Amino acid sequence: MLATAIHERQPAVARTFATNGCVPYRCRVTERHQENDDTFTVELEPAGARSHAAFAAGQFNMLYVFGLGEIPISISGDPARPDRLVHTTRAVGTVTRAMATLRRGDMIGVRGPFGSSWPLDDLKGKDIVLVGGGIGLAPLRPALYQLVAQRGDYGRVVLLYGARTPEDMLFRAELERWRSRFDLEIFVTVDRATGDWHGNVGLVTALIPRAPFEPQNAVALICGPEVMMRYAVQALHKRGVGPQQTYLSLERNMKCGTAMCGHCQYGPHFVCRDGPVFRMDQVQRFFGKWEV
Amino acid sequence: MADYEQLDTPSVVLRADLQRLFDSLHARGYETIAPRVENGAIIYDEVTSVDALPAGWTDEQEGGFYRLEGRDDGALFGYTVGPQSWKRYLSPPIRRLWQARKNGDGFEIVHEDAPTPHYALIGVRACELHAIHHLDDVYLGGSTIDADYQQRREAAFIVAVNCGKAGNTCFCASLGTGPAVGPGYDLALTELVTEREHAFVVTVGSERGADVLADVPHRPAAPGEFDLAEAIVAEAARHMGRTLETTGLKELLYRSFEHPHWDEVAERCLTCGNCTMVCPTCFCFTVEDTTDLTGQSAERWRRADSCFTTAFTFITSGSQRASAKARYRQWLTHKLATWQDQFGSLGCVGCGRCITWCPVGIDLTAEVAALRAEEIGQPQPEAVLEMA
Repeated sequence: MLATAIHERQPAVARTFATNGCVPYRCRVTERHQENDDTFTVELEPAGARSHAAFAAGQFNMLYVFGLGEIPISISGDPARPDRLVHTTRAVGTVTRAMATLRRGDMIGVRGPFGSSWPLDDLKGKDIVLVGGGIGLAPLRPALYQLVAQRGDYGRVVLLYGARTPEDMLFRAELERWRSRFDLEIFVTVDRATGDWHGNVGLVTALIPRAPFEPQNAVALICGPEVMMRYAVQALHKRGVGPQQTYLSLERNMKCGTAMCGHCQYGPHFVCRDGPVFRMDQVQRFFGKWEV
Repeated sequence: MADYEQLDTPSVVLRADLQRLFDSLHARGYETIAPRVENGAIIYDEVTSVDALPAGWTDEQEGGFYRLEGRDDGALFGYTVGPQSWKRYLSPPIRRLWQARKNGDGFEIVHEDAPTPHYALIGVRACELHAIHHLDDVYLGGSTIDADYQQRREAAFIVAVNCGKAGNTCFCASLGTGPAVGPGYDLALTELVTEREHAFVVTVGSERGADVLADVPHRPAAPGEFDLAEAIVAEAARHMGRTLETTGLKELLYRSFEHPHWDEVAERCLTCGNCTMVCPTCFCFTVEDTTDLTGQSAERWRRADSCFTTAFTFITSGSQRASAKARYRQWLTHKLATWQDQFGSLGCVGCGRCITWCPVGIDLTAEVAALRAEEIGQPQPEAVLEMA
């Protein structure tokens, strides 16, 4: 009776934590390149018979380096190409530093994809304003791929991207290619101009007041350091892009990816399951407060 | 075969026949886990003989205080709850999840294949049964489930015990989680110690409970016995040492994020994490990846974790809850407010363990009362949008 009672609480299709949820599948590095001093991109293909699961723009995977540990990393590749699993990350911790030394043919473990995504299917007809800061461009790139592929379904598509220096810019060749299109608005700014940089200098939030979009019909997708996202939200709000038109991707400590380990809690939300992408009004009560 | 009439009619099992309950559970393949005394506290451990139960012991509890004392009636369950809870048997604090071994050009993953232990949990109190249901919500309620927990949980046989005594740190009555046990048990006992007899009024909560009771000598309860059992539990409800006002609790805590009282608590809180270890609903864990000395073999372990460490929220930009104030606030707010939004219930069952086992006696019922006494206004939800 008890067993039945528990069973009845399960959804029809329950993945089990022990067999699927907590055990990685093995992948091989097929491609690896350096984006800047500390940031690199790896492409992974499954080592066994299984294939990568489909993912949505904005989702993340848990990546495991043998014996060292496992960390959440957003997917930076094209959602239309789930066979090419692409991750871009900075070498800043034990696991990412080890990951930075991977070469073609090396093996890592993958769990996922996890979490919520940029709700692009619901935003057709809208002006889309993507605001990225630093490595925050990585989880926005899948959205850009999708927007470009379905360009006719959306209004204006604007990317506002801020990097520390011109050398720190991610995906530079791609950004230049996109910038050459007449149907994309790409604005880049740097904190500190170096070399022969003649572009914008200043915070990415400073690009918001003069970016070409129709506030009433715009939706913003933001990812970057939390303080940058906070100012971006304010600048967007000032232009009339309200909390219900603003999505942001949050970063928190994650160990399981399945809303069980408790680490990623942000108010009532499990960032790994309910996020990382939130609509601003979902998290407005806490966003911008310290030590939530 | 089940005797369905027993589902409704309480029975009486004499103290002298209680061993037969343990024997029946053993014969059915259960490992019997029950209270016993160790190192001056009542813990839950394998107990095969009724004689090993804490007969004639009771406990005295206060904020930061726990002592065992004798009682002269020989009662087997004449105490409240000790430092441990049943979560250690349903979700072990340390568990290996899988292993990996290096091979020619990579590694292979070895899945865990340990048999599921079949536990009979004997002496589960009302608050603890609620706590188990809360763990069900966490580990089994989502789209991804913890299969190890599920197997242990479905295998577990639950012998609940109604409390005949309330502790000084107990407040289940104000949360509606006790002291009378609710649904979800296989068998429920109420201990009667009178001049005439030492016996247990037994109610059956499941078919397998009925099957087990059929192995134990019992007779239908006399109306007087059943009434006495109910009166004992009602008396316990009237002697709760603490109360927690639950009206508007969620909104109170959401409103109190910036309350100055958190600073005051932080001056006392040692961030030791004792409250999270003793709490029967605290479910957080971390994972640890290790290798052997040769580097050829790796393991992943899951370990109980506590939101009172700074590492708990560490990301590249640092710990997200660096201050003691933030960590206590998170713990209390999770138990009493955000849990409601996550799982539709309070995350607290009123067992009082966090009060008793806090080394400085921080009392969540008092902290909530303090927040209530000096309510602060609700900050404007749009504040973040307007701050420049």
